[in-house]
Amino acid sequence: MTEAILDRLGRLGRFFWSGWAGLAGLSLLAALWQAGHEAYGDFILPAPAATLRAAWDLLAEPKHWDIALATIRRAMQGFALAAALGTATGLAAGYSPATMRIARPLLTILIGVPPIAWIVLAMIWFGSTDGTIATTVVVAAAPVVFVGAAEGAATRDRSLDDMARVFGASALFRLRSIGLRHVAAHLFPALALALGSAIKVAVMAELLANTGGIGGALASARANLDIAAALAWVLLAVGALIMLEYGVLHPIRAEFERWREAARPWGVKR
Amino acid sequence: MNALTLRAVGHAFFGRTVLDGIDLAVATGEIVALVGPSGCGKSTLVHIAAGLVEPSRGQVARGYRQHGMVFQEPRLLPWAKARDNIAYPLRISGPRRAERRRLAEAAAERVAFAAEDLDKYPAELSGGMRQRVAIARALVGEPDFLYFDEPFTALDVALKRRMQDLVIEAARKARFAALFVTHDLAEAARIAHRIAVLDAGGRGIAGFRALPGAPGERDARLLFDLVQHFEHADALFRHIHDVDERRIA
Ligand SMILES: Nc1ncnc2c1ncn2[C@@H]1O[C@H](COP(=O)(O)OP(=O)(O)OP(=O)(O)O)[C@@H](O)[C@H]1O
Ligand SMILES: [Mg+2]
Repeated sequence: MTEAILDRLGRLGRFFWSGWAGLAGLSLLAALWQAGHEAYGDFILPAPAATLRAAWDLLAEPKHWDIALATIRRAMQGFALAAALGTATGLAAGYSPATMRIARPLLTILIGVPPIAWIVLAMIWFGSTDGTIATTVVVAAAPVVFVGAAEGAATRDRSLDDMARVFGASALFRLRSIGLRHVAAHLFPALALALGSAIKVAVMAELLANTGGIGGALASARANLDIAAALAWVLLAVGALIMLEYGVLHPIRAEFERWREAARPWGVKR
Repeated sequence: MNALTLRAVGHAFFGRTVLDGIDLAVATGEIVALVGPSGCGKSTLVHIAAGLVEPSRGQVARGYRQHGMVFQEPRLLPWAKARDNIAYPLRISGPRRAERRRLAEAAAERVAFAAEDLDKYPAELSGGMRQRVAIARALVGEPDFLYFDEPFTALDVALKRRMQDLVIEAARKARFAALFVTHDLAEAARIAHRIAVLDAGGRGIAGFRALPGAPGERDARLLFDLVQHFEHADALFRHIHDVDERRIA
C-alpha cells in the first residue's frame, strides 16, 4: 500500500520535474517575443512581461472570469459531445468494416467543409446562442476523435482477442479488458488534439457570432485597437487550454499508459 | 465419454485446404501429443478444437467442463503486470480480487515463476519468463482440458524438463486431459499417453502410436529407445525426421 503511494508520488514528481523542459521552451518563446517587442515597439507587440501583467489584471476582475468561463463552458460542452460521439461511432467503425465504408465519405465531407461555413450555418439555425458555439466545436472536433477511435479499434491485436475467447470471455468483457485498452492508446492523442481545437474553434465562433466570451472580448479589443488586451486574452485562452490538458487529460492518460514506461529501455526511464 | 472428439474435420484458408478428414478422440485424463512437420496445420487443428476457428467441414464434440490454452506465442496483455496476466481467466469466471491474487501467486509458484517478478510488465520479462506466465495463466482456472501449442520451445533444457514434469504431475493430480502439440519426439514420449502424427500433405492423421507405461514413469533408457525407434525404424515419423534435420542444418 505505502509502496503504491510512493510509486504514485514518484511519478507525480517526475511529471513536475519534466515541466522544467517545458519552461525552457516557453522562455525561448518569451525571449523571441521580447526581441520582437524591442524591434517594433509597444503598439505592434507589447512586451511579454507587460502582457502577463495585463492578463493578471484581467483576472483580478470577477466579470472577466465570467467571460473566460463562458468560453471554457461552451468549448467543454462541444468537446464532451464530440468525444462521446466520435468515440462511439469510431468504435463501431473500427469493429465493423461495413460501418467504416459508410463513414469514410461522410468523414471526408465533414472535414472538407471549412469551419467558417459551419459557424454561418449554426448561426442561422441557433442564432447567437451557446448552441451555435457548441455545434461548431462538435463538427470541428468529432472527426479527429472518430479517426483516433476507429484507428485504435481497427489495429487491435486480434491474437489477444482470441486468447480472451479461449478463456471464455464474453464480447463485452473483451471490449472492456482488451479493446478499450488498445483504443485508449490511439484515443488520447486524438482527444488532446480535439481539446485544443475545441477551445480555438470556440473562440473563433464567439468572435464571429458575437456571443461574448473570450472571442467577444477579442472583438472589442480589435475595435479599440487595444493590442495589449487582445494579447492578454489570447494568453488566457492558451492558459485555459494548458490547464485542461495537463490538469485533466494527461493524468488520465498516465494512469492508462503506465506499462509503456516500463517498456522503455532502462536509463531513459527516469 | 471422450473429453474431445473430432469427426471428419477439415479446414481451408481462402480455398487452400490445410486440414482434411481429421478423426481424433482424446479420452478423459488422456494426454495426446500431436506431432507433424512445420506448417502442416497443427496450430489450426488446436484452434478448431478449442472453438477459436470454425472448421469448414466436420464436427467437434467437447465433453469437458472448461479448457485452458498455452499458445505458440505467449499472448500476454502488454499493459498488465505478470500477476494480472496470470489472473486474467479468473476475472472472467469470477472469484474475488483477494482470492484471484492468491490463486495467481500459487499458479506462478507452480511454474517456477519468482514472486518478486510478479509485479513486472511483460516487456520487462525474458522470453522464457513470458512463456511461464502464459502456462500459469492456462493452469490458474483449474481446467479439465488443456491445449498446449509448442509451449516449451522458448525454454532452456533444464526448465523444459521441469515444465514437462509439471504438466505430467498436474495432469495426474487434476486429472486433466490435454492435446499437446510439439516438434520434439522426446518431449512427446515423456509427456503423452499416445502420439498422433499429422500427415504432411494435409490428408488427415497419418497414424497413432500408443506409448508403453504411464507418463512420468518411463525412465531415461526407455525414452531414448522409444525416440531412436521412432526416428530410425518407424516409417510413420519419416517427415518429422526430415523437419528435425532441416532444423539442425
Ligand atoms: N489465418 C490464416 N490465414 C491463412 N492461412 C493460414 C492462417 N493460419 C495458418 N495458415 C496456413 O495454414 C497452414 C498451417 O498453419 P499452422 O499454423 O496450423 O501450422 P503449424 O503446423 O502449427 O506450424 P508450426 O509447427 O510451424 O507452428 C500454413 O501453411 C499457414 O500458412
Ligand atoms: Mg503452430
